[in-house]
Amino acid sequence: MAPTSSRPRADDSPRRLVIVGASLAGLRAAESARRNGYRGEVVIVGKERHLPYDRPPLSKEFLTDGQPPVFLHSTDALAGELGLRLRLGTAAIALDPDARRLSLDDDTTLTYDRLIVATGAAARRPSGLTDLAGIVTLRTLDDAVLLRSLLVAEARVVIVGAGLIGSELASSAGQLGAHVTLIDGAPVPLVRAVGVDVGRRLSALHAQRGIELICDVQIVAIEGHTRASAVVLSDGLRLPADVVLLSIGAEPVTSWLAGSGVAVNPTDGAIVCDEMLRTSVPAVYAAGDVAEWSNRIVGGQTRQENWSNANEQGAVAGRNAVTAGSPVAYEAVSYFWSDWYGQRIQFVGTADSDDVEFHELSSGHGGFVALYHQEGRLVGAAACNGQRLIMKYRRLIRDGASNDDALATLARSAGAAWERGRVTPAKQSTGSSARPSPAGEHAGRRR
Amino acid sequence: MYVSLDRDRCSGIGICESIAPGYFEIAEDGSLQLLRDDVEPEAITEVEEAVRSCPTLALTLQR
Repeated sequence: MAPTSSRPRADDSPRRLVIVGASLAGLRAAESARRNGYRGEVVIVGKERHLPYDRPPLSKEFLTDGQPPVFLHSTDALAGELGLRLRLGTAAIALDPDARRLSLDDDTTLTYDRLIVATGAAARRPSGLTDLAGIVTLRTLDDAVLLRSLLVAEARVVIVGAGLIGSELASSAGQLGAHVTLIDGAPVPLVRAVGVDVGRRLSALHAQRGIELICDVQIVAIEGHTRASAVVLSDGLRLPADVVLLSIGAEPVTSWLAGSGVAVNPTDGAIVCDEMLRTSVPAVYAAGDVAEWSNRIVGGQTRQENWSNANEQGAVAGRNAVTAGSPVAYEAVSYFWSDWYGQRIQFVGTADSDDVEFHELSSGHGGFVALYHQEGRLVGAAACNGQRLIMKYRRLIRDGASNDDALATLARSAGAAWERGRVTPAKQSTGSSARPSPAGEHAGRRR
Repeated sequence: MYVSLDRDRCSGIGICESIAPGYFEIAEDGSLQLLRDDVEPEAITEVEEAVRSCPTLALTLQR
């Protein structure tokens, strides 16, 4: 969680804080710098021409309900209350850390005293793919506007990648009356995010809603002259398609830092930060999807691509960039949520664990909670329609709770609900090591 | 100081509960319950963070 208990005196020396990236992490960094007493200049450079907006609705309500985009602040609030200068529609193309100077794509330069890189990630495209109309990715508001125009009733839509975004898009496209086929290159989708057991369980939601999911196949070709007309798969299947939606992940936007000396992970290009979100270069910090950092709670370098990480990490980067002598470590239990077919899917912590234990919730719609254990400790929790429990687990994971603590929390909650006849505690499921929960011991007790 | 909830905006994501569990709790039906609305002086920092961290901008603090 972002520490906010003390408000240290801001360092008087920096005169200009520049933030590259005008989405959630960048905005939170600016707000936090102000909250921590920084009075100098703040410039936010953003590649997109839009005011900072909220991304989670783009795969959901923005497509299905025709809602307008949700902007995070008005222009007046950004310029007035926060005193930010926005350079929108402008991308940073190079960094000279010795001169503390950025080069921008409008042929200007911008110097800084402190820099926060929050350039996010860009949708991945498979190499060697022909560029045809109808092949789309979803990352930005402009992408979502295009996609909204393509997802019409009866459209044949092939979604490549059954991860969280691909699955949300399958749900949304289905709701709009499109004919959806979802394909994934792995035998089980979502493994990196939630592990095999929960990945399999969640992926079964597609078939239950009549959406076909084909796993363990690759795209061999996308056919079409100017527009995509079909997707050819490695098992020989040919799927006619009006829209081919690629949702195979995202890559940190760091190619512009080549030659700057800012260390990046050779595997994925993520900016390597220490626990205080400092990069390898003085006065340069990073936050959000673009950054990996040394996370004490997980015990290693991690990178998170989700809303709550951008929100919390941006705030810590902004604070550390403008406060002298008292940087704080960013320690966070990861949290993401996803909505498919009216189901609320939530995950906290890490899926990297020894075993996973399922508990069915009888409160309706096949809800469950899955607890991830590592060496006797609770390290992760997944929930489908288990909103009541998941945040209790986020706190337990942060506090290094044991498996017994986790089960007691489940039993307390289940006990309270059980009296109302809503929850069956600890019914065994497909978990690899399910065991009974001591529900009776705590029945009726509630925090 | 008082915290108030806009139920039309709230979708029960729950970040507020993980930050300030004495004030916010997601109920069995997935909706957010305000456990109390008057904010104790020692809890102001955490409630402020919870309000700021709401993805749907459903929480506001009033003096």
